Amino acid sequence: MKLDLILRIATKLLLPFILLFGLYVQFHGDYGPGGGFQAGVIAAAMVILYAITFGLEAAKRAVPPAVVEPMIPLGVLLFAGVGVVTMLLGDNYLAYNALDPHNPAHGQHLGILLVELGVLITVAGTMIALFYAFAGRGR
Amino acid sequence: MVLLTLLAAITVGIVRLRNLFGVVVLSGIYSFMMASVLIVLDAVDVAMTEASVGAGISTVLMLTVLFLTKSRETVPTHTPILPLIVAIVTGAALLYGTVDLPPFGAADTVVHQHVAPTYLAEALEKTSAPNVVTAVLASYRGYDTLGEVTVIFTAGIAVLMLLGGRRPRRKNDDQA
Repeated sequence: MKLDLILRIATKLLLPFILLFGLYVQFHGDYGPGGGFQAGVIAAAMVILYAITFGLEAAKRAVPPAVVEPMIPLGVLLFAGVGVVTMLLGDNYLAYNALDPHNPAHGQHLGILLVELGVLITVAGTMIALFYAFAGRGR
Repeated sequence: MVLLTLLAAITVGIVRLRNLFGVVVLSGIYSFMMASVLIVLDAVDVAMTEASVGAGISTVLMLTVLFLTKSRETVPTHTPILPLIVAIVTGAALLYGTVDLPPFGAADTVVHQHVAPTYLAEALEKTSAPNVVTAVLASYRGYDTLGEVTVIFTAGIAVLMLLGGRRPRRKNDDQA
């Protein structure tokens, strides 16, 4: 276990940057390439890297399955909920203009942000949960 | 062209290798090559997805599966003649299909005439998202994206149920 000192330190150094890059991809998706799908995978990759280096149990302590699994439906609900909110505000389903009637472009911005957040939550949750399920089966 | 040749070479390698660990690594390289091809085609968003999902997550998941199974492919017991015929016929049909496709990069094809010009002209003004891909994905085609997320949700739940991740133990199980 002592032989992988370099791996452990390198992983620890990399983790925040991976998460930061994931968040950049998420919130910069309006301007550059990226969006919820990619950001979700990158965020999941961070947890998986941690699990590979420090062991599954350590990863499960840091990011418990009880948090990960509710993320899967939560993202879909957030996405669908934005549609319901726009309907309650008197517009069509997922018509983000209704979110800010005075400035439709801002409404679109907010809508896209929330929807991408929903995508991020579901994708990251699914990926991490799948990894936990596969890796947790053991021999 | 170089990239496509490398892709073909990697494919041959994947087919010929019996060591599954090597196959997983090669398919990861294949995904990165594919991402490079997509960047050459100016599809940066897709390239990013391919690199992260195809090369990253799939490789890791495949490796964890390999950890559970044997890492050498068993020698097939039946001759590959029939699968070969099916593959050749399918490939020939696909090649025949490409004959009718418009020339690569042509701007006056049907797909570029329908709604794409409207999106390109209006997206920035109406959605305030400079990246048209995001504008189309999240706003114009919001239903489709909701559908995609639902697919991921369904697939994830289904696999988790199959693998039995966290199974609450019921009292009946002990008695049975």
